[in-house]
Amino acid sequence: MSEHAGTSGRPGAGASTSSVAAGTARPLQDIWRIVGIWVALSIVGDLVFWFVAGPHVPPGDMTSSASGAQFDFNVLFMVALPVILAVWTYMGYAVIMWRASRPGAPEPIGGPRARSNLKVQLWWIVVTTVVVLSMFVFGTVELIVPAGAGGAEGPNPIWTPASKNVLPIQVIAQQWQFTYRYPTFGGMETSTLIVPDNTTIAFHVTSLDVIHSFWAYQLGVKIDANPGIDDVGYTTTNQLGKFTVRCNELCGIWHGAMYDYGKVVSKAQFQKWGTSTARATAANTKYLPPFAWTYSPTANGATGVTAANTSGQAPFSKIQTYGATTKAKKVVKNVQTSTTTITTGST
Amino acid sequence: MTLDVAPPSQMGSTGDTLPPGGVVHRRPWWMGQHMGTGLLLGIGGYALGHYLGNTIAGGYTHVGTAGENDVAIVLALLLGVVGWLAGVGALNYPLAKLAGREPVAQPDTQHWTRFFRFSVEHKTVGMQYLIAVLVFLFTGGLLAMSIRTELLSPTSHIIGPGTYISIVGEHGTVMMMMASSLVVGPLGNWLIPIMIGSRRMAFPRVEAFSFWLFSAGYFVILTALPLGGFPTGWTGYAPLQTQATVGMDSYLVGFSVIGLGMILAGFNLLVTIINYRAPGMTWSRIPVFAWSILATSALLALATPTLAVACMFGILDRTVGTAFYVNAHGGSSYLWENLFWFFGHPEVYIMALPGFGIVGEMLPVFTRKPLFAYRVAAAGMIGVALLSFFVWQHHLFQSGINPDMRPLFMLTTELISIPTGFIFLVGLGTLYKAKIRFEVPMLFALAMYFNFLIGGVTGVFVSDVPVDVTVHGSFFVLAHFHYTIMGGLVFAFFGGVYYWMPKLTGKMMNKTLGKVHFWMMFVFFNLTFFPMFLIGLLGQPRRVFEYAQGLQTLNDFSSVSAFCLGASFLVFVVNFVWSIFIAPQEAPLNPWGSLGLEWQTATPVPQHNFERIPVVLTDPYHYSEPGASPVADLAPTSFAEFAAVGAGGGGPIARGEP
Repeated sequence: MSEHAGTSGRPGAGASTSSVAAGTARPLQDIWRIVGIWVALSIVGDLVFWFVAGPHVPPGDMTSSASGAQFDFNVLFMVALPVILAVWTYMGYAVIMWRASRPGAPEPIGGPRARSNLKVQLWWIVVTTVVVLSMFVFGTVELIVPAGAGGAEGPNPIWTPASKNVLPIQVIAQQWQFTYRYPTFGGMETSTLIVPDNTTIAFHVTSLDVIHSFWAYQLGVKIDANPGIDDVGYTTTNQLGKFTVRCNELCGIWHGAMYDYGKVVSKAQFQKWGTSTARATAANTKYLPPFAWTYSPTANGATGVTAANTSGQAPFSKIQTYGATTKAKKVVKNVQTSTTTITTGST
Repeated sequence: MTLDVAPPSQMGSTGDTLPPGGVVHRRPWWMGQHMGTGLLLGIGGYALGHYLGNTIAGGYTHVGTAGENDVAIVLALLLGVVGWLAGVGALNYPLAKLAGREPVAQPDTQHWTRFFRFSVEHKTVGMQYLIAVLVFLFTGGLLAMSIRTELLSPTSHIIGPGTYISIVGEHGTVMMMMASSLVVGPLGNWLIPIMIGSRRMAFPRVEAFSFWLFSAGYFVILTALPLGGFPTGWTGYAPLQTQATVGMDSYLVGFSVIGLGMILAGFNLLVTIINYRAPGMTWSRIPVFAWSILATSALLALATPTLAVACMFGILDRTVGTAFYVNAHGGSSYLWENLFWFFGHPEVYIMALPGFGIVGEMLPVFTRKPLFAYRVAAAGMIGVALLSFFVWQHHLFQSGINPDMRPLFMLTTELISIPTGFIFLVGLGTLYKAKIRFEVPMLFALAMYFNFLIGGVTGVFVSDVPVDVTVHGSFFVLAHFHYTIMGGLVFAFFGGVYYWMPKLTGKMMNKTLGKVHFWMMFVFFNLTFFPMFLIGLLGQPRRVFEYAQGLQTLNDFSSVSAFCLGASFLVFVVNFVWSIFIAPQEAPLNPWGSLGLEWQTATPVPQHNFERIPVVLTDPYHYSEPGASPVADLAPTSFAEFAAVGAGGGGPIARGEP
């Protein structure tokens, strides 16, 4: 940093006691020590992280987006660790070497040299800017090249996978469960997500009521489920195994219980499972609303209420409009009765 | 150009709390308006609003029972707030003026009951804010303790999902409301006028009004719990918001009320810093804390209106059946997300910048070095404030809106780390070859750098879209923002409390208890929140009451640490009560040897701060510089002296301009 220690000619600089640490002969001695400790710590830390912890960093490598997220996390960590260590090393050194209680501690020197140092300031700005911009370039490449990296790309994705064989699977979120429809199997609906191995999958995520988020943890996929919106995200599976699906956006009181487990199976098994399940559930599929990318509660009967309101009830009801399940109705009712006792007093 | 050196009694309307020609009406202390009458009228207003709402809207078929009548609850809460304001006397002045009468003012008093009254004296308001934010903080802290209690076990439940989700939302909302005013309220109102050499705030009545709105917001948000809570967390996402029961109304009204208070407090401080600087207090001489408050109050004044509008839309959706946020009826659930985060992200910096200012103020004192790169510090704070308006969509990275804009928002978000880095440059440069005294405030300042570094660096992880696919909405994000807000702002705040308490009260806080408080808080803060990075990476979403069995060890570790962290605040309370009330120890006039203007005044600070408006000669960071000029001339005698320091500086008011 600044070499103002050399300017002991300033009045009252306490030069008589500062000869040891301030070291007029080697004004940057402290800085070089700090740099030495920092470089050593950073190299060791980065190597240990990359080779010991790196391969185990979540979400693993079950899909292209999962291993991409793992790789990106590890690269960011390799940059972040030296940054953190630089500040910690410097502060640790300062706390030990420049504490007032240290015997023979020199008097600090004020004045213009200690107030600012253009060279240091410029270097700081240049270095942080370069680091930040390279992080941005890296992040952008890692987002665009793998077609959205498993994240949400909205209804009209602009970054799409190169593969022509993309398997569409619809994820329907509602309070408080996920169901999955397979347009390739006649729009059948299941409560378990089964996906084939070595396949690029397009998840079309939508919601029937409030905002949810489809987080297939080991698949490295996270896509918000918005009512009336077909939110698309891509990933490519490359390993067999089980994975967890959790709702990642607060969606009401049973949000914490909104999870299920899915499986990546071989292509042949998937085909077999799909055909047999489609046949077994054909009777149910008939009664489902026809397959669509979004479901509006009134337009296509997702809640069983048809477009024309023939129920004789008020047209606007929060509970009916958002298609809450029976569980939801029960819960809301309970809350209402409990508040009734409190508020009826002043009516 | 004139220099106002007259003593306060001759200053007329600029320095006095009485309106010119106003009637002084002396009442015994137990009569008149105070918190008691405020509570009384508040409850009355609530009952009246509830009755009116049921009369107006009770006949609709979808309003099954009074308990789910949003109109009744919203009117009740709004009239309750009005009643509270009228009860404490906040409306006396405007109402009297509207009626064409001269307002009846209570005389300024130094009696302790002034803390329970509507006072327009900035030091009284500052102390009121201090107690209020601590009440907020401890309320939110208790709620946090119950969250961690529920998370002790992955599957067996102590408080159940319904109560749990209410408590999570309440904790988040209370803490956000608290943190937005944590420093600006108490320290900003108390210190800023003194630091810039002013006798008062620009708008004393607005300042007091903002406090009483803030305190009203506390009661409003607490009503959510008996009304059944709100299931949305502090982010209040629609359409869950529209679907929720009446507890949601407390959230929407509460945030509107607090938001109005934040806007008022923000623009008041903004105007004060710009216009009420003493002569010679140029932009390169104002303390770095004033820079941070300037940036923060600009954000408060500019970002918070968005929140107020968003809440108003929400209230309309719930009461009169508009559909701003209802996709099926032509609205958009994205609208709330955008409006909320357009406020919400500047809000995040409202909860960080004042901390930078406090730390920047303390480092030079305890290192006996000038603040390194003062201009860089100011530029960093202004830069953060400006950039914070361009990053909000990073909260919507996985929402599917504007996916092609994600690289842009990734860029703006990561760019913010450059001006934030300036704050680190300033800190590290000031520590260079310093003489560090480990007093309690300094420990908090160093801890703020330690914690905020982790919070800031993990922010880059969250801003990186591919990594965000995994960590978005998980405990990783939760740990990240607790590291910035609690690790940054709350640590800096407590440092500031220990640092300025001798000025605020004339009493020293106990050093041993202070160190116990610090080390408990520092160690257990890190032990509480660091495991949460791992918990999030391992797949636990936020706001869940059930989690994977395999994560119990980490969660329990975090919970137990959280209980110890909570205990550290008890140490603070004990220290506070002990040092201020039980065994008060008179503080020296300038216990830390600071050069700041606020430390050059008498303790207790006289009612109008300065006998004469000081003439500021230099910035307050000339440490270890023999022969440096004193920071200000506190008893300027001639205009010649003022001319000598240069014509520049000082706000237009201080310069006597209209």
